[in-house]
Amino acid sequence: MRTIGILLQKEFRQIFRNRGMLPILFGMPFIQLMILAFAVTYEVRDTRVSLVDDDRSYVARLLVDRMEASGYFVVASRPASLALAAEDLHYARSRMILHVPRHFERDLRTGGTGRIQITLNAEDGAAAGVIQAYAMQVIASVNREIQADFVPVALPDFHGGLDVPAGSGTVAPAAGIRLVPRHWYNPALDYQTFMVPGILVLLVTMIGTFLSSMNVVREKEIGTIEQLNVTPIRKHEFLVAKLLPFWLIALVELAFGLVLAKVVFSVPMLGSLVLLFALAGVYLLVMLALGLWISTITETQQQAMFVAWFVMVIFIMMSGLFTPIDSMPDWAQALTRLNPVAYFIEIMRRVLLKGAGLADVRFHALALAAFATVLLTLAVRQYHKTTA
Amino acid sequence: MAASVVATELHKAYGSTVALGRVSFAVEPGELFGFVGPDGAGKTTLFRILVSLVVPDGGEARVDGLDPVRQYRELRRRLGYMPGRFSLYQDLSVEENLRFFATIFGTTIEAGYDLIREIYAQIEPFRDRRAGALSGGMKQKLALSCALVHRPKVLFLDEPTTGVDAVSRREFWDMLSRLRAEGITIVVSTPYMDEATRCDRVALIQEGSLLGVDTPAAIAASFDRPLLVVRTPRRLDALRVLRSYEHARSAWSFGEDLHYADTRDRVEPAEIARLLAGAGIPDAVVRPATAGIEDVFMDRMHGTAAPGAAA
Repeated sequence: MRTIGILLQKEFRQIFRNRGMLPILFGMPFIQLMILAFAVTYEVRDTRVSLVDDDRSYVARLLVDRMEASGYFVVASRPASLALAAEDLHYARSRMILHVPRHFERDLRTGGTGRIQITLNAEDGAAAGVIQAYAMQVIASVNREIQADFVPVALPDFHGGLDVPAGSGTVAPAAGIRLVPRHWYNPALDYQTFMVPGILVLLVTMIGTFLSSMNVVREKEIGTIEQLNVTPIRKHEFLVAKLLPFWLIALVELAFGLVLAKVVFSVPMLGSLVLLFALAGVYLLVMLALGLWISTITETQQQAMFVAWFVMVIFIMMSGLFTPIDSMPDWAQALTRLNPVAYFIEIMRRVLLKGAGLADVRFHALALAAFATVLLTLAVRQYHKTTA
Repeated sequence: MAASVVATELHKAYGSTVALGRVSFAVEPGELFGFVGPDGAGKTTLFRILVSLVVPDGGEARVDGLDPVRQYRELRRRLGYMPGRFSLYQDLSVEENLRFFATIFGTTIEAGYDLIREIYAQIEPFRDRRAGALSGGMKQKLALSCALVHRPKVLFLDEPTTGVDAVSRREFWDMLSRLRAEGITIVVSTPYMDEATRCDRVALIQEGSLLGVDTPAAIAASFDRPLLVVRTPRRLDALRVLRSYEHARSAWSFGEDLHYADTRDRVEPAEIARLLAGAGIPDAVVRPATAGIEDVFMDRMHGTAAPGAAA
């Protein structure tokens, strides 16, 4: 125990003396949280629309008005023909063509079905999907609005500019049935509420894996391990002293991040913070073990960085932070079951936004505990093997 | 008295490269024992086995009576090791480094002070300076202080003077001589032949094998052929002429001079001067000389005259 104390003192001294380390520890998380939380959003605003209105009717004008009023669409041009509109799309002067064909309103009044066409540039498929959904919402609300006048059904007919998801046509709800969506746990569908807990996980993960692996490798790279290994220091003492500081620092960082989340982003915190920190402690054991394992297979800090980066990118991309896990193919969804980052993001969201208790996240907690046990055992065993 | 360091048939190979081939020797307590050999001779591998950092493939070692493989934990309390590469914390100060190593050995700077006083006193004025900001000579003194602070019985120094200026090198060897007077067994390695004479006994090491173990004087005296020193501005031409001479045993370039050894029991300097003059090198100065350790090393390393080998 005494040896661990001495080693810890030395570690903290070195960490706080390292001029590169302090900004990484306290500047980077702040900047990342600020930039990512504001920048990462699934909202697509002000889509530029080329309007080809061959009908020039009341309903057509109403539709365009409502689209612009939504804030998601701006009419950028009014070309005379569909061919000219296609040119706008091609040269990126607009992102969407809205075509209201002749006799649209007449068809609506007589036959009950009017058709309009929306053509989207789907180079960015995700954005195109979002824009399409917005358009549907506006059309649906216009439908409801004109229901009073006549029995209406506007059937939008979608054509992708490049690649629009097939089968995207939608039948408007039958008259008399109103669909009122209500988003629970995040009523305003606020992206920051959704993103910030996930970004906090990223920060804690970076410290756990990157900094710990680099710190262990550094002793190898500088050669100090050679001197340490001929002292009576036991290996487990060395490891505890190497990893414990980052475990503590990451938890402090999490606290710091949560304060920012509360103050700056007003993220709701419904669940128990004690539970959150307890699970964060377990999660960090997993990430520290990963960092330790990386340090055993690398010789320099640079190599450790590369390996950590490689592992992290996969973990983060498949964590459900940027893309919903539900939208991944089955095999990828199966893989995310092995991804500790995904579990902890899920825990963060459930505990913070939904007020989940331990019973609600017991499966996730058990998974993390299992990861921690297995990875720590493997990493420590590997460490013993690679150093004499 | 039992030997302080004993190696019996120590063997270590990395893949197909033999780093150490069945090496045996013994170091007496209180001895200053030197391993002399070029880079890559196996000195570092040997030291790392003895200080318990590497497990040998074969053979046995005893350091202060302990087996570095099985009794490494007890052994590590009793030995001091200074690796060839500076291995202290560059971002900690001089005093923090020394205090750190003292405390992990369960002692204090004060308790070990009388042993390191002479060395540490020279860097104590800089005790608050980061170790990384010290000069080469001062780093070396700090490293030695850290290796000594727990009063080891045996001290291993792997190429302590490599990359250190000539004055600091001499000071360093003076320090070693004084430590030896304290009764500490010192095992040191060096690529510099001139430093071998400061040791009680020397082992010549080359390609993982010992070429001989003896006192520096005895090693030098073992050179049993007549040796001549040749000085001429045209060294390369002279070297070629000497090596092709029928009685030549060896001819090597030693700094400014050439060392020539004959296969016969006697050789007159005038004879060699005539030989060179006949080959178009008239102004060579030739005189008899006493062989040094380096002559012996070159001789044993290459056997007899090796005209094709690098000078």
